[in-house]
Amino acid sequence: MAEIRLEEVTKLFKQVRAVDDVSLTIADGEFMVLLGPSGCGKTTLLRSIAGLEQIDAGRILIGDREVTDVPPRHRRISMVFQSYAVFPHMTVFENIAFGLRMAKVRGDEIRRRVTDAAELLHIGDLLERYPSQTSGGQRQRIAVARAIAMQSQVLLMDEPLSNLDALLRLEMRAELKRLLAEIGSTTIYVTHDQVEALSMGDRIAVMRSGKLVQVGDPLTIYDEPVDTFVGGFIGNPPMNFLRSRIERRGGGSVAVLDGAGELPIGDGRVGDRPDGSLLLGIRAENIQVSTDTGRSGLRGRVMVVEPLGSHNLVTLRIGEDQIKATTRPDERLERDQDVSLIIDADRIRWLDPSGGIAIGSEATAGPGAGMGAPKPGEIEAGEPPAVV
Amino acid sequence: MTADATTPTLRRRRIGRRRLLSRALLYVVATLLALFILAPIYFIFVSAITPPEIALTEYPRQLVPREVSLDTIIFFLNAAGVLDSFWRSVWVGLITLVLALLIGAPAGYALARYAFRGKSAYRLAVVSTRAFPIVILAIPLAVTYIRLGIDDTIIGVALMHTALALPFTILITSSVFVSVPRELEEAAQTLGCHPLQAFLRISLPLALPGLAAAAIFTWVISWNDVFAASILTFTEPTLPARILSALTQSRVTFQFAAGFIMLIPSIVVIFFIRRYLLGLWGRVVK
Amino acid sequence: MTTGRLGWAPYALLIPSLVFLALFFLWPMIGAFGLALQDTDGTWSLASIERMLADQNFGNALRTTVLLVVLVLPIQLFLAMSMALIVNARLKGSGLWLYVYALPLGISELAAAIVWLSIFRQTGWLNSVLQTIGIIDRPIIWQSQENMWVLILLVVIAEAWRATSIIMIILVAGLQSIPPEYMEAAEVYGAGTWQKVRRVILPMLRPALQVALILRTILAFQVFATVIALAGTGQVVALAQEARRWAVNLNNDNVAAAYAGLILILSIVSTLLFLWLLPTREEQQV
Repeated sequence: MAEIRLEEVTKLFKQVRAVDDVSLTIADGEFMVLLGPSGCGKTTLLRSIAGLEQIDAGRILIGDREVTDVPPRHRRISMVFQSYAVFPHMTVFENIAFGLRMAKVRGDEIRRRVTDAAELLHIGDLLERYPSQTSGGQRQRIAVARAIAMQSQVLLMDEPLSNLDALLRLEMRAELKRLLAEIGSTTIYVTHDQVEALSMGDRIAVMRSGKLVQVGDPLTIYDEPVDTFVGGFIGNPPMNFLRSRIERRGGGSVAVLDGAGELPIGDGRVGDRPDGSLLLGIRAENIQVSTDTGRSGLRGRVMVVEPLGSHNLVTLRIGEDQIKATTRPDERLERDQDVSLIIDADRIRWLDPSGGIAIGSEATAGPGAGMGAPKPGEIEAGEPPAVV
Repeated sequence: MTADATTPTLRRRRIGRRRLLSRALLYVVATLLALFILAPIYFIFVSAITPPEIALTEYPRQLVPREVSLDTIIFFLNAAGVLDSFWRSVWVGLITLVLALLIGAPAGYALARYAFRGKSAYRLAVVSTRAFPIVILAIPLAVTYIRLGIDDTIIGVALMHTALALPFTILITSSVFVSVPRELEEAAQTLGCHPLQAFLRISLPLALPGLAAAAIFTWVISWNDVFAASILTFTEPTLPARILSALTQSRVTFQFAAGFIMLIPSIVVIFFIRRYLLGLWGRVVK
Repeated sequence: MTTGRLGWAPYALLIPSLVFLALFFLWPMIGAFGLALQDTDGTWSLASIERMLADQNFGNALRTTVLLVVLVLPIQLFLAMSMALIVNARLKGSGLWLYVYALPLGISELAAAIVWLSIFRQTGWLNSVLQTIGIIDRPIIWQSQENMWVLILLVVIAEAWRATSIIMIILVAGLQSIPPEYMEAAEVYGAGTWQKVRRVILPMLRPALQVALILRTILAFQVFATVIALAGTGQVVALAQEARRWAVNLNNDNVAAAYAGLILILSIVSTLLFLWLLPTREEQQV
């Protein structure tokens, strides 16, 4: 059993709470991604699980065994470092074999496990070389091979793909996912790249400023973000947030967007603010842009059209806000063109305007939720947006 | 990549006349400076391998000697006490090297790997000791040594030299260990190594070339010291101390050979550590 | 940084060096001041300092040493800067240039003094070369006690030869830390070579210059073997030389300590002077 339990883990650097009271359980064999902007504490948390950092409060348990005060070498973990940390003065073979030698595994068993691991990573022909004679991508594979040769219950990975070029990263992502699924160890994977997180994780733990914001499977995180931060951090382009006011019309409610029109939203009551103000969260692919301005819908004006090959990314002005929508590549839209926007009401995510927590999610939101939308710099330019 | 057989030959680019001229000027200046440095070394070399009779009488000296002989050097080495002093200097240097590394390398490692309270104060203290004139250290130490009964001993001089060399050793080993990524030690720890094991198996082998350079440099610092040695030793002087005290009365041939012998280790050492020179001194700056 | 479970580890690694430095720097320093403020029988008094000031060689030593420092520095700065720029210009075989220019780094003051002695003596290399190419027909006595300025010049040349490498290495390290993009930007916006040096290189080199100058000046105040070898013990004497004379020949450690203290004070004053003249603001760092 290699379930990992983190109970109220806190790590301080001088006065700063790098990891702030984090509690999380990772099931046996699960692939858990720690996702967040730089400085959110994800790497510190990973290093604490590894034992490379000593925590200041809380407990860490690996497979029912408390390891809070246990040094790294006794925690039975494997780790892949962001810089790979491949030993330059040893051959590739010796690198992969290192942990096995430390564990005093028998020579022939070492040979078997090393060659197996090397085969899995397609570096079997590099075994007699020195790291300086290999490329960056190959060194990354050596680091992974070294980790899986240990056959540990727990595998920790610290942004292993971030130093690869974009094409290699794409390839390795798929390869790694397949490989790790086969191996089946409990994996904790740190990244700042939300595409990686969505693509690889069984569950994602979004962190910000040392706290957990939301923990869930990729689809839930994507469609039902717990606050404006998660909505804005996940997905490219980020989720749109429109300011609106809920008013009663006839028997139902409408969302009034100043300067843009009204959107009927059915009978239900949404939100409980006295002035009825709410944030309307909607993703770019759930907005339909129509040149037929006669149609009912919201009024908008085209600001920028970016043709991206598989689709167009359109920036629109709607009332006082600016949003992004996606259209088919052959859709002809021009700057300053007035258009009509149809929003799929089922896909709307309502959020409280102050703090930005989603309505109805207050109970499930993590302690780090509700601190507003991502700030400039928290989102790093990533890969092109996903295909519609 | 295979060359394309049909690649057109590139037209010769005409480097501007001015560029060429300034480039040539640079080479001229560079050569002049190099000559300035090398000529005296060549001179003493020739002086030392000139047969004694010729060295004493010939004038003007020939730039390319017609006769060479090792006699000048041999007479020097056989002169009273010279060989003893020579080996004494070698030994003092070795003891200094060992002491400085034993004391300094751990401190360098601590500076490189750990963040701790008082780190910048310690670093400042170490750097500022380089600014201490050796004059002000050697004189009171001479007094203390007499009281302790270790004046005029190899160990006494070695201790002084270790003090001289320690700041260098600490800062150099610190920069050597900084250049070995800490993640390598951490990776070793996650693979089953005790922190000490990780250091011995990973960091130490990788730091060895740099440490060797630091060690050699320390030895040269000891070999070169004149002032402290001339105050701390009397009846059993190190080589520089003996030569200094004999300087005014000695024969010219004695001096030539002495200068040359003292010079050789320096040149050889600088040759071996030339790759680390910038790292040694440049990094020591900050 | 590992803020790990062994909180005491860095301190344990540092303690030996701290103890050693305290014993061999702090304590002698205090001891030196103690000695200087005592008379030879151990009573506290200013007698030793008065002895030093009243000595007939004192004014000479002070004047000579300060003069040497003032003369040598600009020359070395110019030479070192030229060498550093040449090394940085990456001419063909730049590794070789660096090695040659750095050769004197490992040469002791005494060895260098003897080398230049072989050049400046009456039947030495300078006269030989001059006579061979016909400039003179009789050897010139360079080391005459009559002409103080010539003697000083000899020492300046020898010191410039020996100690320029230290400055050069520090400057090279500084130059290499200037990102080439700054030079390219200056080029694009119209700066010529001299302007690039003045407006980009020199300002960015300030920290390195400061360190190099301070270090070299402190070392320069300790000049002694070069003076003994080239200028004898007459007209021209150095402070460190006097310190040694009082300690070894006249058996008076107190006056020697007074001289040492004076050298320290001069070093501190010059350091402060450089820190004031070449302020390096944090914001200006690369």
